Amino acid sequence: MTWARKVLSIDRRIIFLLVAVGVVLPLLRPLNLPITVTPRVQAAYDAIDALPPGSKVLLSMDYEPDIMAELFPMSVAVLRHCFKKHLQVIAMTLYPAGTGLGQRALHTAAKAEGAVLNKDYAWLGYKSGFQVVMIGIGENLRGMYPVDFYGTPLDSIPVTRGVNSYRQMAMVINLSGSSATDYWIQFAQGRFHAPLVVGCTAVMATDYYPYLSSKQILGLVGGMKGAAEYERLIGILGDARRGMDAQSLVHLIVALLVIVGNLALFVSKRAGEDLGGRATGSMTR
Amino acid sequence: MRRGPLLVTFLSGAAVAALFFIPNYKAQAVNNKLLEWTLVVYAFALILGSMSLWNSHARKLKVRAEGWPFSLVTLVSLVVITVLGIWKGVDEGSPVGRIYNTVNSPLASTMFALLAFVIASAAFRAFRARSVEATLLLITAIVMMIGRVSIGPIISPHLPGITEWLLDVPNLAAKRAIAIGVGLGAVSTALKIILGIERSYLGRS
Amino acid sequence: MIETWIAAFLTLCVFSFLYRENPFYRFAEHLFVGSAAGYLLAVQWNSVLIPNVWTPLVHGKDLVVLIPLALGLMMLARIWSKGAGIARWSIAFYVGIYSGVAIPGYMQAQIFAQLADAAKPWPAGFAGVNAALVFIGLITVLAYFFFSLPHRGIHGVGARIGIYFLMVAFGASFGYTVMARVSLLISRVQFLLRDWLHILPS
Repeated sequence: MTWARKVLSIDRRIIFLLVAVGVVLPLLRPLNLPITVTPRVQAAYDAIDALPPGSKVLLSMDYEPDIMAELFPMSVAVLRHCFKKHLQVIAMTLYPAGTGLGQRALHTAAKAEGAVLNKDYAWLGYKSGFQVVMIGIGENLRGMYPVDFYGTPLDSIPVTRGVNSYRQMAMVINLSGSSATDYWIQFAQGRFHAPLVVGCTAVMATDYYPYLSSKQILGLVGGMKGAAEYERLIGILGDARRGMDAQSLVHLIVALLVIVGNLALFVSKRAGEDLGGRATGSMTR
Repeated sequence: MRRGPLLVTFLSGAAVAALFFIPNYKAQAVNNKLLEWTLVVYAFALILGSMSLWNSHARKLKVRAEGWPFSLVTLVSLVVITVLGIWKGVDEGSPVGRIYNTVNSPLASTMFALLAFVIASAAFRAFRARSVEATLLLITAIVMMIGRVSIGPIISPHLPGITEWLLDVPNLAAKRAIAIGVGLGAVSTALKIILGIERSYLGRS
Repeated sequence: MIETWIAAFLTLCVFSFLYRENPFYRFAEHLFVGSAAGYLLAVQWNSVLIPNVWTPLVHGKDLVVLIPLALGLMMLARIWSKGAGIARWSIAFYVGIYSGVAIPGYMQAQIFAQLADAAKPWPAGFAGVNAALVFIGLITVLAYFFFSLPHRGIHGVGARIGIYFLMVAFGASFGYTVMARVSLLISRVQFLLRDWLHILPS
């Protein structure tokens, strides 16, 4: 058996083991690789940092536990930044399973920065409907949220008193792992012209560069790397920063696997045998 | 018996689309009311999904289909959490809040964590430079994977700049075109639905 | 803490799938489905049905709220094959609203705003070169997606160039997708090593 054939017929559980080792080793023995802040995350940070103290910010944490690894550290970092700046945060979620995570992020950040419920932040909780909620907030906040998550009327909460729509909010921050971000751009920003900062999963991050160019969004925090950069900017050591060494090593492993797989293909072609593998192929064929 | 629902679709869709352009406060009050109603109907649509799940597993349990004890696990957990949630609420300190942190959250995140292994295995087995286009995709992916993480600048100080350029120029161009195409498709589909040309959402007659 | 041990056990049940499918994984999978559906129902009740239906109806005496309540209950009739006709009215209302909302939303944010940004004058210098490339990329990718005409001649050349732009974009997306998936795994391993085994510092 040629080496190419041996390499390509390797049991996938060996690959799983390589990935597992690539994650565990740097967590046990941190490499402390430096984290450089990218312009888009810097822009998001600067937009929030420029808000005067006392400004009201709508934070929508639209994600569920499946992607909490990327968005939970991001939520905590953004919330801690808002609390450090003495911004008043009105938090909500458009996903039912995001209710627990949103609460947890608020409690974690509030505990770290000494923020107080109803005085520094309000937790509106979940509402169904995506677009209708976004438009509804723009027209009449109390029509969508008559009370907060705990059943308190919004007029009784200092943070939400006098807030009827986006007009009374300095910014909307959306942290999402789904098409909810597209709707925030269409409705909160497009229709009601609310300044918008977006945090999203790495899978989606590349899709929002057109909106950065057109200034429909002011900044973009993408994935766990974006969360790590944000943590660095606000000077905290959170889970995202701690995970970056492992991220680097596993990326190297995956890149090497791809290169080795292609080398094996190249060698086998030179030797006159085609060892298959599902090709990406040409889009024009 | 679809004329009535088709008329409802037309009226509700046309009303909301038209009310976007009418700033009059009475018109906007109608708009707000329609949106508040939709919020409630959406909630029932999600409840319908859970009922459908119940039916599917209850059927398996009834006929003792293969894997029926696992269906019992699904049904019991669904009932227990629903009843507890309605009775005691879903706050972080409530029983359901604790179950959420202990069961839902770890299970959901671990299910998706499996994808890390799958993507590595798939990249090794299937990611082949068999054509010019595939080679371009592969090289960009490798540059992005290395350039965007902490080790990138150590391998080459130019990598972060190259990845920024790739995102800001070719990626932006392609994603902009896709966004415009998707927008045009969404608008045409929405128009077809409102005008009754597209009727598949009503199911079979 | 017992809850951490339960969470760790369930995490390992799911990870056991990497070796092969087994009853522990299936148990975890079915528990996930049931608990997620139950949590969804509980949240709908507490966050939507009580504040937006029950409270206005019972305490606010707002009878208008009976309309969406009726529409919602009609939607549930879908679960029975004979109820499909009743459910159509609710579905029609709901689909109509979302279709109506989509038209100005997509047109404004995804079509007009993006075309407006694409039509801006190109700056001087290297930024101008980049802007020109973005413009060329936009036109050629749109040319590729225009399937009503065969990809021949000028259109064919444009479409081919568009494919190259698309491949770069998809390559960038793939690189980021790997980043996303690996992040999910890192988080779970952090939980196991820190919260469960206390090997890592909190």
